[in-house]
Amino acid sequence: MKKPIFILFMICLTSSLCFAADEYDSFLSFQEQQRFHALTRELRCLVCQNQTLDQSNAALAADLRAKIYHQIQEGKSDKQIMAYLTSRYGDYILYRPPFNRYTLLLWCGPFLLLILAISYLFFYLSKARQTK
Amino acid sequence: MNIKRLLPFILFISIIVLFWRGLGLHPNEIPSPLMNETVPQFHLPLLFNPAHSLSNQDFYGHITLLNIWATWCSVCAEEQDFLLQIAKQNDFYLYGLNYKDDPAQAKKWLAHYGNPYRLIGIDETGQVAIDWGVYGTPETFIIDQKGIIRYKHVGALTSNNWETELLPIIKKLQMEAK
Repeated sequence: MKKPIFILFMICLTSSLCFAADEYDSFLSFQEQQRFHALTRELRCLVCQNQTLDQSNAALAADLRAKIYHQIQEGKSDKQIMAYLTSRYGDYILYRPPFNRYTLLLWCGPFLLLILAISYLFFYLSKARQTK
Repeated sequence: MNIKRLLPFILFISIIVLFWRGLGLHPNEIPSPLMNETVPQFHLPLLFNPAHSLSNQDFYGHITLLNIWATWCSVCAEEQDFLLQIAKQNDFYLYGLNYKDDPAQAKKWLAHYGNPYRLIGIDETGQVAIDWGVYGTPETFIIDQKGIIRYKHVGALTSNNWETELLPIIKKLQMEAK
């Protein structure tokens, strides 16, 4: 008797694995589909900010997917589509922030900390050796 | 020796300050890259006269406020009273962009809440709103006499943010024109 309940439970779980961005798949060639999904996975939904456009069910995300779909059909390159979206929503829409003076600390910060930590380690070790 | 003892304390305080400032950030307010850019090209049928359109050509020669609204947006209803108040001032044109809505519903809504807009464009698919970088309703843009976007406010207009944020910009634009 427990088995059907278990199966039902598993079915419930699979629903969370479904993504929202399948509505255009039938209209695009395989190559364009790949591009469409690659693009929407790189872009942030501006309403539910921790989801990609690919995952989000928000109305705005659906509209943005429609925009990307149309632009792919118009023959725009990935670069052009990205440029269009950042010209409207800023770098914020990109999950991979570009390297510029505002993101300098973001990109270099971890390496800076690593250098600091290593130099402290050397400092500490040489001091420990001296006291021996 | 003393400094060494103080170090963890200083570190602790600076982390607290950092986190405290983080709490004050507004991640929902995304800065618009359209600032100081010309109004995007668009064409939308008018709500009350679909044969005519609201387009980027209608943003020249006067200060314009473009308000993005929808009947399904409850904050827009709260904002409407204040929009009616400011629309009485003749310092600017107030346009509406009806966002992802049903035109019949929109007319009913305006009959109920009042219509402060000079012109209303209907964007049923929301594709023009994307050109404006809209990500939520209500949003209000200030556009100067040359059709350049000068300010964007996300959320409802209130007498408070009107006095402190938007009105000073409108006054400045008026001064610049003189």
